[in-house]
Amino acid sequence: MKEKPLVQGRRDFIKIGTLAGTGLLVGVHLPNCSRHVEASHVSSENGVNMLAPNAWIRIRSDDTVTVMVNHSELGQGITTALPMIVAEELEADWSKIKVEIAPVEEVYKNPAFNTQMTASSTSVYTSWDILRKAGAMARETLISAAARAWKVPPSECYAQNGAVIHKPSQRSFRFGELVDKTAGIPVPEDVYLKKPEEFKIIGKRIPRLDTKIKTDGSAKFGIDIKLPEMLVAVVVHPPVFGGKVKSVDSQNTRKMKGIRDVVAIDAGIAVVADTFWQARLASDALQIEWEENENSKLNSDALFERWDEMAKSEGKTQYEIGDVDDFFGTDGKTHQAMYRIPYQGHATPEPMNCTAHVRDKDCEIWAPTQHQDAAQEVAARITGFDYEAIKVHTTFVGGGFGRRISVEYVVEAVQISKILKKPIKVIWTREEDTRNDRIRPATCNFMEAAIDSNGLPVAWRHRIVGADVFGQMLPKLIPSIMPYWVPRFLRNGLSGIGESLLPRVVPGKKAIKGAAPLQYNIANVRAEFINDDPGIPIGYWRSVSAFSNAFAVECFLDELAAESGEDPFDYRDRLLTNSPRMREVMKLAADKAGWKEKPPAGVHRGLAIHRFHDTDLCFVAEVSIHSRHEIRVHRVVCAVNCGIVINPKTIESQMESAVAFGLTSTLKSAITIRDGKIEQSNFDDYPILRIDEMPKVEVYTVQDTRSPTSIGEAGVPVIAPAVANAVFAATGIRVRKLPILPDDIKNT
Amino acid sequence: MVKIRVNGINYQLDVDPDTPLLWVLTEQLGLTGTKYSCGISECGSCTVHIDGEAELSCGISLGEVAGKDVVTIEGLKGRIADALRQAWIEEDVPQCGYCQSGQIMTAATLLKHNSDPSDDAIDGAMSDVLCRCGSYQGIRQAIHLAAGRKVS
Ligand code: FES
Ligand code: FES
Repeated sequence: MKEKPLVQGRRDFIKIGTLAGTGLLVGVHLPNCSRHVEASHVSSENGVNMLAPNAWIRIRSDDTVTVMVNHSELGQGITTALPMIVAEELEADWSKIKVEIAPVEEVYKNPAFNTQMTASSTSVYTSWDILRKAGAMARETLISAAARAWKVPPSECYAQNGAVIHKPSQRSFRFGELVDKTAGIPVPEDVYLKKPEEFKIIGKRIPRLDTKIKTDGSAKFGIDIKLPEMLVAVVVHPPVFGGKVKSVDSQNTRKMKGIRDVVAIDAGIAVVADTFWQARLASDALQIEWEENENSKLNSDALFERWDEMAKSEGKTQYEIGDVDDFFGTDGKTHQAMYRIPYQGHATPEPMNCTAHVRDKDCEIWAPTQHQDAAQEVAARITGFDYEAIKVHTTFVGGGFGRRISVEYVVEAVQISKILKKPIKVIWTREEDTRNDRIRPATCNFMEAAIDSNGLPVAWRHRIVGADVFGQMLPKLIPSIMPYWVPRFLRNGLSGIGESLLPRVVPGKKAIKGAAPLQYNIANVRAEFINDDPGIPIGYWRSVSAFSNAFAVECFLDELAAESGEDPFDYRDRLLTNSPRMREVMKLAADKAGWKEKPPAGVHRGLAIHRFHDTDLCFVAEVSIHSRHEIRVHRVVCAVNCGIVINPKTIESQMESAVAFGLTSTLKSAITIRDGKIEQSNFDDYPILRIDEMPKVEVYTVQDTRSPTSIGEAGVPVIAPAVANAVFAATGIRVRKLPILPDDIKNT
Repeated sequence: MVKIRVNGINYQLDVDPDTPLLWVLTEQLGLTGTKYSCGISECGSCTVHIDGEAELSCGISLGEVAGKDVVTIEGLKGRIADALRQAWIEEDVPQCGYCQSGQIMTAATLLKHNSDPSDDAIDGAMSDVLCRCGSYQGIRQAIHLAAGRKVS
């Protein structure tokens, strides 16, 4: 066994002690821990051994180990993955692991954003070091406690499967038995972290911890919350973006059964009733006149025309290597194309909802949200309460996909509850949910390449026209990102300034995600962005700009391969000389798909690669074209390098999920704008991929000892270009827009 | 007053008989396992059994089920149900889980009528239940697994 020096932990780094017979708490937190640490010192539990609440691990005398998870369970399996990391180092008995979703506290902020938020596929890689260390510290503390009780040196003891064992005598204590024996034990700061070859839990197909309750109806989602005296509200939002109520006649509504009130809130008119269905029916009886609004002139078709035009002039360079100008406008061979990617909706299966109870001095919120700090922030702003008076409970989340990073539904519930002084559950109807979505931006992508004598691109320009999510979302994020000590007036003031200023100054860098840097070895590359924000509410959407950019990049690259008459795999392979990791991933996918062999009759293959954050992916899609030009995707082979694999099943599920999610946008649906409104409203006009359209998905991972990278979004950008390239292989038609519909290939 | 039987319990409800069964189950009876997602019979997440057959509870009113036998995910029992739940757990099917009550309720009637469904039969029977998370492959495998077991 390794030497494990036990030293006293710094108080600002780790706090450990015992709650009388109930539990041992370990918290590893950021050095700048603030208010909540202090608060916890005051709120004594049982009056003994005051502990910081900033804890990741709770070991109880009944042997259970509770892992505090600071991310929302959106379906990605985070409430299994993060406990696996802890349990590995702790040497816990996996069958004794329990999970609790963390409350809003400094220690639980996502270090990638300094706000408690489940976004951008950051959960695992930001937690990796923190949770391993937390687990190891708890392990060493338990070992020390056992050693002291046995009066033996800790070096003779080790932890295994939820117990500490004294090697020479084979005596053992279960973790639960050690809880009361840890008092006064110094906490090690430098702990031994296991090597990948020592892993027993990480890398295993450990079943998810949340499955059983998702098969018997007992998992509680936000929409399921029920409180005594609770009323349910349906909010009617303005039909046109940014609309305001001019007048409302609620007489008929108020007469309807179960209606308790009709109130005006910032977002629109809320009908409050005993039940959702009563509120829903009565909301139809409202007579609302909306103010005239410039936005009613917005049309997505017109926007695309405008962007086509704008794409003719140069944009702001966001990335550049070499100098592309030397190659365009000369006599050399060039190739150009325009790719148009439409708006997309989230269509989370659980519509937006939130329950809030504003009382005299405090407020409680139950929300299926991806952004706890923002929920707390907006509630603080509305109620005027301190953060400490606002408690946020995160429920299970029926699909997030980035939609629940912004928290309009929390604002609505808190505003209504503040007026009516009762617990209020706001539920958006599917129609309200679709029309008030913060949609994924549409873009036009002008692609241009100069080709050398070997048929390879020597210069590459990607010009993106559209609005940048970051410009609209950053002002909303700012108040939650600010440190807790920033006073309210400054917080409001700064975000007010941000609201007007930021959309104009920040856009660019995020909008080119997936467009540059390229994995391909091209000497001269430029990515430009032309920001044109018409004011349509846009937001984060699983992989955001990477989806549209990867579509343009990987299809255009395929065009170049076709231009030079080369196999798409070989062509890419020639260009990946500087990216051995990607090359290996691409080869793995091609081998497994049998790329070099002839596909079955009628089947055609397409390939695409993509690096998302630090995850390398390659998909090979097999499609066939049927009567009336129906496109069927039969099989998708996914190769992934995402560093150390925590749970292979999670990777497989996330790839399947990415394929399904991406195929809806590839072959079925889009959001269109007419007269300042989203035209779609439900799954009849925004159809979602069905099981009979789901291809067989095969997933292969490359063994790697890098720290784990990202997986939740990573596969989404890869599927559309892989399918589009297969459609080209099948038909010879290059469809440069999404979704690809039978009409687009009818001339074959 | 409308009389219905849900999960073996008889209820007399003073609820507008035009109310969709979905909202009676979730709001009046607290059976929240049945899920609202579209409200227009497009997604299948609100699937329950009425007299043993899968029906969409958002598209059927309380009045229409008066005197009938309603079973929700909470009350789904028996050999098929046990086999399905076990298979769902072994295959780790649910992601967000929101659609899964509808999936299991639909799969249960599929297996009742077809004890060994092919992939095509599964796709046919299950295509009315959307899963935005794309757990479809797991659903197919889990149904095969359950089918193989419950006959024995
Ligand atoms: S909620 Fe009933 S089918 Fe969608
Ligand atoms: S598991 Fe999320 S919708 Fe099916």
